[in-house]
Amino acid sequence: MTLPDTLQITTQKKKKLNPRVKALLRPGFLLGFFILSCSIILAVFPWAFAPYDPNAFDFTAIKQPPGRAHPFGTDNLGRDTLSRVIWAYQVDMQIAFFATFFAMVIGVVAGSLVAYHGGIADVIFGRVADVTITFPFLVLVIAVVAVLGPGLTNMYVAVTLVQWVYYARLTRAEIMTQMTSDYASAGRVMGYSSTRIIFRHLLPNAMTPLITFWMTDMALAILLGSSLGYLGLGAQPPQAEWGVLIAEGRNFITTAWWMSLMPGIAIVLTGLGFSLVGDSIADVLRPRGAA
Amino acid sequence: MMTSQNKSLLQVRDLTTTFYRNGRALRAVDGISFDVHAGEVLGLVGESGSGKSISLRSIIGLARDYGTVEGNVYWKGEDLLTRTDKQLQCVRGSQISMIFQEPMTSLNPLLTVGLQIEENLKAHTDLDRPARKARAIELLDTVGIPGASSRLRDFPHQFSGGMRQRVMIAIALASCPELLLADEPTTALDVTIQDQILQLLLSLAKNLNMAIVLVTHDLGVVAQTCDRVAVMYAGRLVETGSVRDVLKRPRHPYTLGLLKSVPESVPPRTPLYSVPGTPPALDALPKGCAFAPRCHMVEDICLGNRPPLSEIGEQISSACHFPEVAGEEVSA
Amino acid sequence: MTCEAPVLEVEDLHLHFSLKKNLFDAIRRTQQRKVKALNGVSLEVKRGETLGIVGESGCGKSTLARCLARLYEADKGTIRYDGQEVAAKDASALREYNRKVQMMFQDPYSSLNPRMTVRQVLTEALRVHNMRPPEQIKGRITELLNLVRLPQDAADKLPYEFSGGQRQRIAIARALSVEPEVLIADELVSALDVSVQAQVVNLLLELQEKLGLTILFVAHDLRLVRHVSHRVAVIYLGSIVEIGESEQLFNAPIHPYSKALLAAAPSLDPDKRHTRPSISGELPSPLNVPTGCAFHARCPHASGRCQRESPGLKALDVPGKVACHHAQALLST
Repeated sequence: MTLPDTLQITTQKKKKLNPRVKALLRPGFLLGFFILSCSIILAVFPWAFAPYDPNAFDFTAIKQPPGRAHPFGTDNLGRDTLSRVIWAYQVDMQIAFFATFFAMVIGVVAGSLVAYHGGIADVIFGRVADVTITFPFLVLVIAVVAVLGPGLTNMYVAVTLVQWVYYARLTRAEIMTQMTSDYASAGRVMGYSSTRIIFRHLLPNAMTPLITFWMTDMALAILLGSSLGYLGLGAQPPQAEWGVLIAEGRNFITTAWWMSLMPGIAIVLTGLGFSLVGDSIADVLRPRGAA
Repeated sequence: MMTSQNKSLLQVRDLTTTFYRNGRALRAVDGISFDVHAGEVLGLVGESGSGKSISLRSIIGLARDYGTVEGNVYWKGEDLLTRTDKQLQCVRGSQISMIFQEPMTSLNPLLTVGLQIEENLKAHTDLDRPARKARAIELLDTVGIPGASSRLRDFPHQFSGGMRQRVMIAIALASCPELLLADEPTTALDVTIQDQILQLLLSLAKNLNMAIVLVTHDLGVVAQTCDRVAVMYAGRLVETGSVRDVLKRPRHPYTLGLLKSVPESVPPRTPLYSVPGTPPALDALPKGCAFAPRCHMVEDICLGNRPPLSEIGEQISSACHFPEVAGEEVSA
Repeated sequence: MTCEAPVLEVEDLHLHFSLKKNLFDAIRRTQQRKVKALNGVSLEVKRGETLGIVGESGCGKSTLARCLARLYEADKGTIRYDGQEVAAKDASALREYNRKVQMMFQDPYSSLNPRMTVRQVLTEALRVHNMRPPEQIKGRITELLNLVRLPQDAADKLPYEFSGGQRQRIAIARALSVEPEVLIADELVSALDVSVQAQVVNLLLELQEKLGLTILFVAHDLRLVRHVSHRVAVIYLGSIVEIGESEQLFNAPIHPYSKALLAAAPSLDPDKRHTRPSISGELPSPLNVPTGCAFHARCPHASGRCQRESPGLKALDVPGKVACHHAQALLST
């Protein structure tokens, strides 16, 4: 009556479709993925798709409505709107990445550390977070840009300074939840260093909502970049950027509506792409077996 | 307890509950039949995933929400399964009550305990308000909550786990049910509190002539409280009989394995008898006897043929091809 | 079987958790409330023995286990390992202590990182403590899986592919990978089904024999504790009320609480039914532990002295120690 020597492991008999693959086959994800891929291709190779030079004036074709020669029409200086919208992909996709990436890295590291170590650092972080979150996000960013001066780089700095708090808060909450699991205690009992426990054990399990948040945040960053561009605090004209383009079209909204509408559609589409991918990516990244 | 067949309060016949997950049918309960007589305590034992809780929920119509329930459940001769939820309401909570494992989540945290008892009284009795209050105090008193009248205005979180379970029982008793379905009522409690609650349930059953179906995984609890026992494995009943018969001389190797896995009257620090392997997944049930892959006395016939639950003695049934061999094992 | 030198000695261990003050407390200026989890626990664990620790939930048995594994820092009291005080050790000696004293947890679903395969879990443990040179790690994992009787193909699977019992085996393998001397099993089998419980308990007994491990078996299931332990300590509200040889304690418990606890455990024999609850009342909240003997409010033998004076753990004529003013009287009856 000793132990059984053979223990069967529960295995699926039939090869089922991997649930991760299944999550990827959803129409929402496919549409989002398609939009994002196109956006990235346009951002990397704008010259291959833009029919005209985005900055070339053509005084023979001023404020042309959408037509055969100019599918999106032209602006008040005769620049081709389609070409400008396409070249703007480069700027706006950059904004989506740079305005979020550093905030995420700083926020995730800071959030993990305060969650794990607690104590006075956690208290201080709590106060900083409270103060930051009390102010409307855009107001705070505009204030920082006003101090640093307008321009894309300063905008990245401003957004990072404000946005990392949101990432840190989310990370802190996620890490706290993970820390209630015994595998974190098990790591400590095994004598692992806190760095190993945080970054090798806790963080990978806390990443799923963070990545989803990041995706949504990139969509918001494009909106923010465009808003600041519109206000003249982000990208500077004549650089083609959607917010700048909308601002340029503002004065001609009754006579040349396409000048503002076309870049507007680009913003909405790209934002939609990020959101759709963000929604599905949670299911792809979740560890298997967890419902 | 000798009760004649026609005194059955509840007759369950071929109860089958099927869930659909990812387009596949899972039979959580597979054709179980049993009777509950007035005033008796029936134990439904099994390990996690054996379908014992689902069976209980199927009886009272709670399993419909997540699966299909087939078969017949006769309550005093009337089939409950053909009734709509609305028609069930006059039975559910009045003639049949139910208590659950986790008393914290089955009480509404935002309402006082008094309100929750009165709510049940309002639904199932025609008492007026002062009478309801008096009855609520009386009920809390019955279940052994000290200072009952002062505790009516307390919220569930102000009670300990054992006290909350008593409150649950008080709510269940509000309508003087004839049958109480108890789903692992003491699993979340400590032994001394478990002991108190079980003794309470037993005395209530006796004083109010109330029948109890007690779902549990602990054979000790069954031994201490039940008159009859039904053992479940992989959604089917494998053995039924009086507690004394089943626990002293099991006729199914699974019951035997369960009994011998418990370290009682075993020399200390010797290897325990253990059933090899783990219970089968519902979507991968073996063709023949579900227990065959883990059984120590498995024969060819077990692999191909599923043994039905058949009577092999007075009031004892076993679903095994070799019930007598299984029984001899324990005395050896 | 056991040799007399204690491997772990715990002396007068106290641990109180402060509850956070809320706004009302601050306004009312109420005293900081404290959960008194451990109130002076002293015990010795001998090399090679199994010490069972039983008690009801909230009695502090898990807190004690976690203190010994250094997951909690005690407020007061000392833990000695091989005669040396643990708190006085430097960082590398602490790491060594953490290697020698391993702990296994109750919940098989949360004690393994859901994103790491069994091989990654074991490799990490072997690497961090430099247990084996890199080229031998693969072989060692094979050995470990054999030791806990898991099939070899288990190595490259993720936790969700295993049942509860198999996960606990993985947890045991992880603990054994660093070749500890003491294993703390905190409700190791409580979450498992009876038939699977027996498998894991057998494995634990076998491994102890084979590897000469010292085991602290913390559980609420008295039958299991009796089965695996050489000695048993009964805990009530953060202090030991009785400690002694397992068979002696279970056959003839002296402390009224031990008696009640044993009587409450449901026997498998339907002929041995009792008709009255073995003990009335409930465990008092560890927020306000009664004065004197913590058990006096529920004790059938309580006297005035029990309300005032806290009884220490004292040796009697029989082996073992009991914390009760009336121990001698109870013994003679």
